[in-house]
Amino acid sequence: MSGQFAEACAVAVSGLIKRYPKSQVNAVDGISFSVMRGEVFGLLGPNGAGKTTAVGVLTTRARATAGHATVGGVDVMADPIRARNQLAVVPQRLNLDRSISIRRNLTFHAAYHGIAAGEAESRADQLLEEFGLLERADVKPDRFSGGQAQRVMIARALMHQPQVLFLDEPTTGLDPAARLFVWERLQKLREDGVTLILTTHDMDEAALLADRVGIMDHGKLLALDTPEALMRSLPGRATLELATPLRNGASGDRLVQALQELPGVERVESLQEDATDGAPAELRLRLYVSSEAAQLVAPAANLLAERGLALSGVELGRPSLEDVFIHLTGRSLR
Amino acid sequence: MSAVMTPRQGVSQARAFRAVLRRDVFVTLSELPVFVAQVILQPLFLLFVFGKVLGALGYTRRGYADLLFPGLLALTAMITAIQTLAFPLMVEFGWTMEIEDRLLAPMATGLVAMEKVLFATLRAMVAAALMIPVGILVLGSIPWRWAGLPLLLAAMALGSLLGAGFGLVLGTLVAPNRINIVFSLIFTPLLFTGCVQYPWPALARLQWFQVVTAANPMTYVSELMRAALVPLVPHITPWVCLTVLGATITALLTIGVRGFYRRAID
Repeated sequence: MSGQFAEACAVAVSGLIKRYPKSQVNAVDGISFSVMRGEVFGLLGPNGAGKTTAVGVLTTRARATAGHATVGGVDVMADPIRARNQLAVVPQRLNLDRSISIRRNLTFHAAYHGIAAGEAESRADQLLEEFGLLERADVKPDRFSGGQAQRVMIARALMHQPQVLFLDEPTTGLDPAARLFVWERLQKLREDGVTLILTTHDMDEAALLADRVGIMDHGKLLALDTPEALMRSLPGRATLELATPLRNGASGDRLVQALQELPGVERVESLQEDATDGAPAELRLRLYVSSEAAQLVAPAANLLAERGLALSGVELGRPSLEDVFIHLTGRSLR
Repeated sequence: MSAVMTPRQGVSQARAFRAVLRRDVFVTLSELPVFVAQVILQPLFLLFVFGKVLGALGYTRRGYADLLFPGLLALTAMITAIQTLAFPLMVEFGWTMEIEDRLLAPMATGLVAMEKVLFATLRAMVAAALMIPVGILVLGSIPWRWAGLPLLLAAMALGSLLGAGFGLVLGTLVAPNRINIVFSLIFTPLLFTGCVQYPWPALARLQWFQVVTAANPMTYVSELMRAALVPLVPHITPWVCLTVLGATITALLTIGVRGFYRRAID
């Protein structure tokens, strides 16, 4: 990796290996990737895949066994002290300072990073307000719910305006409302141009938030691309669902056969729906395709029209990141 | 808010160090009654029972309180420093992980450990100093020698540092679920073999115990206090005390900082 490239990246990792003492295997096994400034990068994988360890190395809390890593253009192994100025961490577990109020959590964090008291106070006020915490600013963290504590930890991390924000499983264990709040905040941060690196085992979260996703398992990076590209890369995983009103006595068998012969179609399933009040019986056909499903809509509609059948519904089914993970590892994510 | 996109230069480590120290002082000041109670209670009762009650009942000779008081100064400095450092550190590393935010401050990891040592030392010295008015209050008068003041301050500082060194080693080596074991296996023997309640040379009549107490570094703090305040009571020569304490503190801090690194960085 050239030095100039590393400096242009928010994060650059090459050949990173981490083996814990007394362990037989590498927790992180030679991963390389780079994250552009302003990008949201997701590390997706099951528990124990090495995501947290990789983040530990990048945030100077774990020493790499081999390889290189820079954050904000600073080598995390050669100059961890300066690297800490460039980054902030929102950990998986609550680690707020329980002896002091949440406002002091924020202002002392700023002080550790050399920010003057006056600036820290006004910045804390601003962040506490943005995160809906102003009313309880003088309460100690023990009185906070998991969702509120998570907000405090994100606000704290933003106090010293890091270039790269690391979030380890940012919504694990949160209730749906709290999760939604965190997602909204993270999307806002993305709009503000903060580089975000998040680890998650929640594929919806990764697909929703991340510009690019790296899929990790057993310490290795198995795939790395945009969520769309990862899902497109799956052979025969897209689906096209067609619906047509069924005339009395008509059978879909011939139609199924014709659809099966369209290029790119791997398999066709027919699901017949009984007539309900007012609505006629409907034939639903699900096509499993290996090419772009949208391109099959027109030829399929033609086939129906040739048989005098109207097309009453079209639905493109998209594979999820979970399908990608299963395809890559042969295992389910959870 | 907008993100700054130019690589940031490092802020001074001294500034981060001062901020972390300020945090500890802030917490202590906001819990001042707790601090005072924690610090004063044990030596107060020891002073009252051994110095006042036993003397009034005639079980101890006149002058025993004078001999006990310097020992209690040593005990207070040492125990306060251990408590200030070891217990919070065990909990922070083992359970609450509160220390993480400070470990991610732009300063060397060893400096985070040294801040803990400095703070525990300062707190222990304040605690030892508090024992002087407490002693006057309980005993009516305390042995005092202005000429001994430099040696007294040195003894306070070294006793506090010694406790901080012990605290750092214990805090980084002991898992939080072992706190109870540490308390009974280390604290209690330390407390009673440190020549707090008796001067070391007098143990010549109980030689095996004299050997045991010589192995407890607190003995040298107690003896240094006696050299400062009650030089007429036979005691170990100050330069021996200073040498032993210097070596022990260096060893404890070296082991402790190493342990701290091991806990702080995977």
